[in-house]
Amino acid sequence: MSRSLLLSPFEAKVNKNKSRTAKAGAIITLSLFVVLFTFPMIFTVANSFMSNAEISESYPSNANLSDEQPSLANAYMRFKLIPEEVTLRQYYTVLVLNTQYLVMFWNSIKIVVPIVLGQLLVSCMAAYGFSILKSKWSDYLFFLYIIIMLMPFQVTLVPNYIVASKMGLIGSHLSIVLPGVFNTFGVFLLRQYMTGIHGAYIEAARMDGANHWQVFRHVIIPMSKTGIAALAILTFIDNWNMVEQPLIFIKEAIKQPLSIYLATLTDKARGIAFAASVFYMLPMLLSFMYWEDYLVEGIQLSGIKA
Amino acid sequence: MLGNSLINQTIQNKWAELEPPRAEILTGCLFLFPSLAGVLIFFLLPFLGGFYYAVVDNPVDGRFVGLMNFIHLLGNQAFQKAAANSALFTFICVPLNMGISLFLALLIKRAGKASRAFQRFFIFPLVIPVASVAFFWQIVFEPNGILNNLISSYDLTPIDWMKTGWSMVVIIIVYLWKYAGYNVVLFLSALSNIPAEYYESAEIDGANSLQQFFHITLVYLTPAIFFVFIISIINSLKVFRETYLIAGKYPHDSIYMLQHYMNNMFISLDYQKLTSVSYLTAAFVTILVFVFFTYQKKITSSFS
Repeated sequence: MSRSLLLSPFEAKVNKNKSRTAKAGAIITLSLFVVLFTFPMIFTVANSFMSNAEISESYPSNANLSDEQPSLANAYMRFKLIPEEVTLRQYYTVLVLNTQYLVMFWNSIKIVVPIVLGQLLVSCMAAYGFSILKSKWSDYLFFLYIIIMLMPFQVTLVPNYIVASKMGLIGSHLSIVLPGVFNTFGVFLLRQYMTGIHGAYIEAARMDGANHWQVFRHVIIPMSKTGIAALAILTFIDNWNMVEQPLIFIKEAIKQPLSIYLATLTDKARGIAFAASVFYMLPMLLSFMYWEDYLVEGIQLSGIKA
Repeated sequence: MLGNSLINQTIQNKWAELEPPRAEILTGCLFLFPSLAGVLIFFLLPFLGGFYYAVVDNPVDGRFVGLMNFIHLLGNQAFQKAAANSALFTFICVPLNMGISLFLALLIKRAGKASRAFQRFFIFPLVIPVASVAFFWQIVFEPNGILNNLISSYDLTPIDWMKTGWSMVVIIIVYLWKYAGYNVVLFLSALSNIPAEYYESAEIDGANSLQQFFHITLVYLTPAIFFVFIISIINSLKVFRETYLIAGKYPHDSIYMLQHYMNNMFISLDYQKLTSVSYLTAAFVTILVFVFFTYQKKITSSFS
């Protein structure tokens, strides 16, 4: 600010105009991108309020297109955003008529909620443990945690499977929940957050005669609320989206989470598919609306170099 | 200040008197215990134990075969295909993702007060489960889908997007759409750490915006770019959901990824191949992480 005072009034005005055009240009370009980025969601939500007839008319099944006439013009799909007639018929089918959607949704909850809660408890404790230890060995261990956290499923699913089959857990939700609870990402994220807490708070509490458990309960946890919320929403999003583990660990269709079931819906069931999709994304949308700041915080924390 | 540090020092002395370090270590370990036990049981021990499967010829009373499983794996056509596809995907996706997200982050930063609102729209796809928008992508890329409708209206030949080599392009588009937002957030937070005075003084010295970008923005962003680069490579190894949810169980050859190969090996429970892939991938990621930590120190220290 102080430097701009050095500019002559004319120069300052030119600069201001220049930055104003730059800003306008940026906003216009960004708006185009925003349309691209939000369109799939808007489209899915809009189509979930259409009737079966309208859906199959707008998006004719692939089978109608014979090999001899690949360019049959009226068999092409057209984007449709505004329903001719708004109907809740699809939602009625998903939520009331067909109980399997609710069962699958419940499966998703049964897998994801224990993972999130377990992950929070285990990670909070471990992150505090790391901040007490602060030795060369605990640094090595933390480094190992980071490496484990970064491993893709091609690596982690194999040990997870070996243990689950030894414990006889294959086919049950526990085979997904248990490894999920001990995912090292939470420890990493909260450790990052806790290094920001000033040691003086802990020392003061210790001086007053609090033991480590009391410090943990009454100082660390309340002061890490933001980090904990960030971890909760990141874990929730990541696991709600899960595909890899249930595909391998769960054999019975009725035990699959809704994400897997949605993938089995064919183009014949498109009408219901949109409503089921919206139903499935709803918990994510709601938590995003309420906890967006925590989500951003969580992503930023995951980016701070260890 | 001096008083403060004195107090701190006495606190530390007092603390040292209060509790011997051994008890400190014990409490630390107690807090760490649940997590460490879980990590050992579900990740580390079975991973190390899996080494047995990687060097024997069959899971029950196997004979030691040394590196034969790895050699068989590397010679396996399906594995080669999967590894090549995964590598190609990473090779294309990572630079594209970084370019697009840096471009978006720079634009968002310019938007001033509206930048917070804009950022939100790019995080949106991160939150939406892939399964929930799979139907949208199918409608776009079906043989009689929206895109071919558009193409044929220009009198061009429609493309079978999902059943030809184009399917790789489809997966890349879907991936970029979903994950660009993550990098946008990281870049934005790095951009906001560059002091505004640098730009102001460059302005006074007559640097145009292109010069400012190359000599200030890009230079001070280097540590962040490096981090995003490594993390993007690692994240791109995870691409599978998109392929599975859009293309189903039997995708076109060109999007047959490592995870597809793994799933097939899980179905036949081929422990030798499973553990071999697991070890190879783990070695690759570990090398990347070490490269990251070695160079990150150098890069950061050259900027501070």
